[in-house]
Amino acid sequence: MSVAPSIASKKVAPTTALEIHDLTVAYRHKPVLWDIDLEVPEGKLACIVGPNGAGKTTLIKATLGLVPLASGNVKIYGRPYREQRHLVGYVPQRETVDWDFPVTALDVVKMGTYGKLGWFRRPGAREREWARECLDQVELADFAHRQIRQLSGGQQQRVFLARALAQDAKVYFMDEPFAGVDAATEGAILRLLQDLRSAGKTVFVVHHDLQTAEEYFDWVILLNMRLLACGPVETTFTRENLHKTYGGRLTILDQAAEAVSRRSPE
Amino acid sequence: MFLALTNPFGPDMLPLLLQVVLLASLVNVSCALVGSFLVLRRMSMMGDALSHAVLPGLVIAFLFSGSLGVVPMFLGAIAAGIATTFLTQALHQYGHVSTDASMGVVFTSFFAVGVVLLKRYASNVHLDVSCVYEGSLLWLAMDTETVAGLEIPRQVAVVLPVLLINLAVMTLLWKEFKLTTFDAALATSMGFSAPVIHYLLMALVAMTAVASFRSVGSILVVAMLIVPPASAQLLVHRLGPLLAVACAIGVFVAAAGATLAIWLNVEPPGMMAVVAGVVYGLTVLFSPTSGLLSRALFHRRTASRILREDLLAMLYRVHEHDADQRLSLHEAIDAVGGGAAARRAFRSLRRQGDLRQTVEGLALTDQGRATASQLVRTHRLWETYLVEELGLALDHVHEPAHRIEHFIDEEIREQLAKSLPQSAEDPHGRDIPE
Repeated sequence: MSVAPSIASKKVAPTTALEIHDLTVAYRHKPVLWDIDLEVPEGKLACIVGPNGAGKTTLIKATLGLVPLASGNVKIYGRPYREQRHLVGYVPQRETVDWDFPVTALDVVKMGTYGKLGWFRRPGAREREWARECLDQVELADFAHRQIRQLSGGQQQRVFLARALAQDAKVYFMDEPFAGVDAATEGAILRLLQDLRSAGKTVFVVHHDLQTAEEYFDWVILLNMRLLACGPVETTFTRENLHKTYGGRLTILDQAAEAVSRRSPE
Repeated sequence: MFLALTNPFGPDMLPLLLQVVLLASLVNVSCALVGSFLVLRRMSMMGDALSHAVLPGLVIAFLFSGSLGVVPMFLGAIAAGIATTFLTQALHQYGHVSTDASMGVVFTSFFAVGVVLLKRYASNVHLDVSCVYEGSLLWLAMDTETVAGLEIPRQVAVVLPVLLINLAVMTLLWKEFKLTTFDAALATSMGFSAPVIHYLLMALVAMTAVASFRSVGSILVVAMLIVPPASAQLLVHRLGPLLAVACAIGVFVAAAGATLAIWLNVEPPGMMAVVAGVVYGLTVLFSPTSGLLSRALFHRRTASRILREDLLAMLYRVHEHDADQRLSLHEAIDAVGGGAAARRAFRSLRRQGDLRQTVEGLALTDQGRATASQLVRTHRLWETYLVEELGLALDHVHEPAHRIEHFIDEEIREQLAKSLPQSAEDPHGRDIPE
């Protein structure tokens, strides 16, 4: 698809991996994200940081078209998400799926290849081999045929990452991959993220641990219902910005959201 | 409605039995296929809801077309099924009602409307209310047509296409069903719309329910949608095998239920539902991986292993304390709690050649001593770990070590040994065996 001449002038530089413009998301009329504008260049490890209820997961879900937008738009490499699905990998929170589901670790990783296969086509020997390689990259090759309930929490998280690798994407969104994993897994995940960056991928990670954010990531998105800052860690991850994000309750914004929710017709 | 059978197993009954089994098997396999995904999606009650809610669709389709033709019937059922799914969702979202409550409201209302319509406008057709519950399997099985020299029930023309449609959709959209069921968010982000698959599944369930309705009635439809997949879930742990086992259970239930029903002179669908319940009960008890029996056996085996190990470790410690001291059999058994279990543990140790009984008392063999020394090693390493790494007081470490020594394998034990400062003694100053 070519870009129409009238908007060609607005086309972002090709090295911008993610561009969000005036994004607002509301649940039942209650806004949870207000007017987000951000741009992140290619090849960054970006963490999304903010207090509970800041809308971090919602930001990812809105980007991936999983929740409806009240306004605004999202572009991946300059084009709407719908056209760029094949460039995007997603790791949801571990608790969002049923680990009793009757599949093996390898089955789960194979699911990463489904997007490129499209409707109706079934994974074959090539997908199987690729899934094995991805499982090997997270050092779980020996666990390929385990039912997923029989894996430890850290191993389950690594299976999810292997599935994202199997998506073979350019931009990754990971929702709390470090939550509830042991130190060894945390190290393994971090090395994987760094490998992805070396390969020119862009990775967005919802992250809770402020202690390690500065050390692990080179880009930071500070979020608390609205965007407080977005930029390189060295200049953005400042005391002042953190205070704005975590400090003082956003009473006016909260009250406004409540009011919108209360006074809207169902 | 019912046949008085004089000789249930006479040669003239065999064709009827086979026809009943054929018809019921087709229905049950259809139900097991779509039901597996209902169970995996934790939407079992949706099967119940849909199999009732299709009734008004059925009656309205009949009123419009004036016949019980297959096509209007399916269209009516699918419309009613989609409407139920949609209304349940809408009520939940906009009416601020929980999903189960909104499902309950929608399907009971739909069913009631169906019953009223049926009584008021369609009471002259062969679709009365009791047949909605229990079906009329025997009559339909006897209503046969000769195809290629075989007597085939006419109703097969209704249930077989449904089975084929279910099979075709599952085959074609296997990975889409799998992915949307396991991880709807990822599926949707990849472009496989989870809502589309959801509504497709609901349409299949509605279609299956209505095709099965006349033969086996709503009670068995609900049972067959849920019970075989729920049993299969306890037996296998991959998606493909789960569906296969669920289908096999469906066929078994049809065969066993029909045979018992003819023998006991009762309606086959009810009997099949009972058999299904019994099959589920048996899997809960006897499933090799998650059955109550295998878990109880496992607990028992673990308990007796712990007892044997305690006995060995105790004899090791006695010998360590005083190389000349020998415990008598009675003393040893009393020391590990006594009773029949302790005597059994002793006998099995002697049989394995871990200890022998001499005139002076009990003694470990070399083999028994080797096992015991590893247990004591684990115990003392763990005590060291608790004191050194966790900073526990000396009087806090024996009990936890005493329990955990039975569960730590060689790999963890040697990791533990490596992580601790090299020391040949535990915190109580006793030797850690090699």
